[in-house]
Amino acid sequence: MKSFDMDILRILPRSLWVTTCNSGSCNGCDIEVVATLGPRYDIERFGMKLVGTPRHADVLIVTGPVTHFMHEKLKRIYHQMPDPKVVVVVGNCGCSGDVFYKSYNLDGPVDNIIPVDVYVHGCAPRPEAVIEGVTKAVLKLEGLGKKPDKKEEAQEAEAMKEAEAAGGVAL
Amino acid sequence: MSTTYTIPVGPVHVGLKEPITAWLELEGERIVNARVRPGAIHRGIEFMARERNPIQVIYLSERICGICSFSHVICFIRAVEDLAQMNVPVRGQYIRSLVLELERVHSHLLWSGVACYTIGFDSAFHLGMQMRERVMDVLELLSGNRVNYGVATFGGVRWDVTPELEKALRGMVRYYRQEFTPFREIVMEDPVAQARMRNVGVLTRDEAVRYSAVGPTARASGLRIDLRKSSPYEAYADFDVEPVVPQDYFGEAHGDVLDRFAVRVLEVYQSLDIIEKILDGLPEGPFVEEANLNKVMASLKKADGTGWGIIEAPRGDDTHIVSLKGGVDNVLWWKVRAPTYANAVSWPIMFRGNELADAPLIINSIDPCISCMERMLVTDEREYRSEVVTRSELVKRSRQKTFELGSLKSKYVPGGGAEQ
Ligand code: SF4
Repeated sequence: MKSFDMDILRILPRSLWVTTCNSGSCNGCDIEVVATLGPRYDIERFGMKLVGTPRHADVLIVTGPVTHFMHEKLKRIYHQMPDPKVVVVVGNCGCSGDVFYKSYNLDGPVDNIIPVDVYVHGCAPRPEAVIEGVTKAVLKLEGLGKKPDKKEEAQEAEAMKEAEAAGGVAL
Repeated sequence: MSTTYTIPVGPVHVGLKEPITAWLELEGERIVNARVRPGAIHRGIEFMARERNPIQVIYLSERICGICSFSHVICFIRAVEDLAQMNVPVRGQYIRSLVLELERVHSHLLWSGVACYTIGFDSAFHLGMQMRERVMDVLELLSGNRVNYGVATFGGVRWDVTPELEKALRGMVRYYRQEFTPFREIVMEDPVAQARMRNVGVLTRDEAVRYSAVGPTARASGLRIDLRKSSPYEAYADFDVEPVVPQDYFGEAHGDVLDRFAVRVLEVYQSLDIIEKILDGLPEGPFVEEANLNKVMASLKKADGTGWGIIEAPRGDDTHIVSLKGGVDNVLWWKVRAPTYANAVSWPIMFRGNELADAPLIINSIDPCISCMERMLVTDEREYRSEVVTRSELVKRSRQKTFELGSLKSKYVPGGGAEQ
């Protein structure tokens, strides 16, 4: 399993496929993510591309403070993504709850639910910030290639097993 | 005996920018019935407001929806001003109208871009997104922020129109007058795009009345309704805002996706005119009644009663009702009725008889703003199916259909639909 991961990372041509999940955001961050696709910010010049399904993606962009309903969905999307993967949270409300504190229906912030690698702050962050966040994800993936973090991997495998036992993963 | 299949769409789906679940009952490729389950991103905003004072709620109401953020703020502020009997200086009213129109421009541009993306017309999507950046620049110049502007406050606005901004605004209006027409022509006169949108997702005039559609969705069905004309607020009484209806443009209203596209695109021109009129008639004077928030807060603390505000947001009528209690800091209660709430009711009607590939387009055609809609938890007792999967299949299908039509282009009769 480990050597298999290593191979993927060596092959990974630094072209990331990104998928997004709106877990209850106000839309503000989502339109900024859409703006990064537009001609002015043009995320494709970094070889990044927005794909429609988590199964093809390397990077998951999560926006929003995670409502109770989206809790399970977000977990499932995370587990559907192939390893190695990076999670980028875009927006204050996903990072910390921000303006949506004290609600009865929020399970967030996102790092309560899935492991997060990069936080992009701002409400809403500028498209440049979103791009910076995703490029940090590239660095993280490359770093993974150099020395895989055994501890984290073990944790992840365990979390995976737990989720499977709870019937939460649909692979 | 025909067999129907039920296909779940969502909650997370590429064709939809926001989570919502729909179950489509299919007979072959035709949709015979549809059920929609909202409630995925209910955050309980109205509940949160009860633990905050009205000034804090301004910034919360902005985050009901990031696209029509200013509409919600103005609506909330108008409701509070209504109950507390506050005045707004004329210049403040003009600036509010100005930002409302800028927001309409950016919202409609975004929508038309995304609609093109849904049918697989990517070049038009990029063109739309590029044009949209110009109005975002102006909004950023005004407020320092691209999405949640934080411009409005009780009794006026927080930022003034400076000569620099006025220059940028006039430049923007000139730019759109020049650049927007090619975009409109590229999309609306393209036979393939026409074939994808004409007679798809039809909502007739009677149905629009019966299911209380609002905003561009209702206007596309031929209803001449626009709050900016029928119940003018802020500075709109000074301008003549005529509702944009497709019968003025096409001769008759079909109530289909192309009509909804046309209404939004033509409203951009209308907004440009209004922006120009606002700039020409911008009165001198203060732009806020009382800039000291502590004083505002003290007077709001004394206010007692219920007030309402209703405005024409980019998607339709937005209504806020607010109640404050004398002697209490926090908002007593607050109810928001966002336009998507009214429009989403007509989704099942629009779906009926259409092909599966058109589903994402139809969902997008009312310009749904799910995060606006879902502050209230909708009690929905319909079956909850945990195996709802997110698939890109639908958008693929939707795009595939366009490409197929493209190859059939020669056989296409404009206005009629493709001949098979
Ligand atoms: S961070 Fe702000 S703009 Fe982004 S989704 Fe949350 S509330 Fe909206």
